[in-house]
Amino acid sequence: MAEITEPRRETRIEVSDGALIPGKGEKSAFSAWRISFFGALALLVILPIVHPNPYTEILLFIPDGVLKTFEVTLLSIAFALVVGLITGIGRISRIRIINRIATIYVEIIRGIPLLVQIFYIYYALGKIVQVPDIMAAVIAMTVCYGAYLGEIFRAGIQSIHRGQMEAAIALGLTRGQALRRVILPQTVRVVLPPLGNEFIALLKDSSLVSILAVSDLLRRGREYASKTFYYFESLTVVALVYLVMTLFFSRLVALMEERMNKRGR
Amino acid sequence: MEDRVRIIDACKNFGKVVALRNATLSVKPGEVVLVIGPSGSGKSTMLRCINRLEHLTSGQIWIDDDQVTDHASDIRKIREEVGMVFQSFNLFPHLTALENITLAPRVVKKAPDKEAVGLGRSLLARVGLSEKESSYPEQLSGGQQQRVAIARALAMSPKVMLFDEPTSALDPEMIKEVLDVMVELAREGMTMLVVSHEMGFARAAAHTVVFMDNGEIIERGKPDDIFTNPKEERTQRFLKHIL
Repeated sequence: MAEITEPRRETRIEVSDGALIPGKGEKSAFSAWRISFFGALALLVILPIVHPNPYTEILLFIPDGVLKTFEVTLLSIAFALVVGLITGIGRISRIRIINRIATIYVEIIRGIPLLVQIFYIYYALGKIVQVPDIMAAVIAMTVCYGAYLGEIFRAGIQSIHRGQMEAAIALGLTRGQALRRVILPQTVRVVLPPLGNEFIALLKDSSLVSILAVSDLLRRGREYASKTFYYFESLTVVALVYLVMTLFFSRLVALMEERMNKRGR
Repeated sequence: MEDRVRIIDACKNFGKVVALRNATLSVKPGEVVLVIGPSGSGKSTMLRCINRLEHLTSGQIWIDDDQVTDHASDIRKIREEVGMVFQSFNLFPHLTALENITLAPRVVKKAPDKEAVGLGRSLLARVGLSEKESSYPEQLSGGQQQRVAIARALAMSPKVMLFDEPTSALDPEMIKEVLDVMVELAREGMTMLVVSHEMGFARAAAHTVVFMDNGEIIERGKPDDIFTNPKEERTQRFLKHIL
């Protein structure tokens, strides 16, 4: 049977829950990204000048929290990438039991709010072992994001043309070898933008771990507020700092993507 | 002489669609078989069953003393000995031409780097693309890509080469460069099964032409006999369309 060859299409997976990733076309000095990013930065500089009290004090109070937020985010994304890759491969596995386990994991996790998961894992873990709060937070974020990243990896792997796997196994490679040498290297290009997007989403969601006595950015802001009752001012700074971080990373993801496209394959 | 490939009473169904109906065919070492027939006649399916990219519904396929269709046999080992060239080339886009060729010797045969590269370069020279070794597939024309794909298949020193419509996706001016490589290969004594309607190749290299229709092998014979004097009415009708 003759197979009609389709032109190879570049696959893009769009996920919309991260920050807006600026496109290549947005070169204008007044792009949405520039206005938001530099606007937030400007406010963070101007506010302490205009109202030194309490803004200067808030800005001095929260850097610990920023570091903690980074710590939780980086650890979580690192572990979630591993869990996600395994889950994604499991979702396309031909071994039924593995496939089923991976799918059930994804279904369960996607159906429970992250906040509930964080509480649940924290207390469930507490029944078995005593782990530091930050570990509990990282585990909860990993379990949750592992499922989302798993879906991205799955979609990425499945977007690679079937002929690639066929050509590899026709040469005598095992499916595992074909996956590692042929399919996954091509998948990376496809999944990088959505992974960057998830990283930004995770950075934002990491604020949820402040309920676990982890002194992240949000928690530090609230601690300051509860001491001084400057709630509005504290949260303004917290929001601006989050905004600067997410916009910074979204730019980074966009640049990375551009460079990958330029480099060809 | 022992047959290199034997297809015995092969049937293949895709759901309710019958793609292959009791096909029986034997190919001798060094024989070049051209398989022709209308689209959907089961030509490609038959080819893809030979290295078990598709599983037969019933029947047997043998390559020398290895039964492809026996689930106990090591299909991966058999696939090493069967080279395949696809209509859409299926080169690995993230690897250079040379790396495309050396991947399987490296990974499957654990060939040392130097040896694999030496082999890869000699194969690239054989298909006339020595100066393209560090080009990526997207930087090559269709004809060049298909020649790299042939070299890639040859890198595993196969006993049999399968060509699944190797020139159908090519612009006319590129068909010849690919056919030249194939004709050369046939002259060197490679056992080949080729699904194609290239009459030039049939005249230059084929020993046998097989006509398939509706999943069945209708007729086989020498190229001259089939093209000038087909016995079956269905063969006559088909040839009238393509000649």
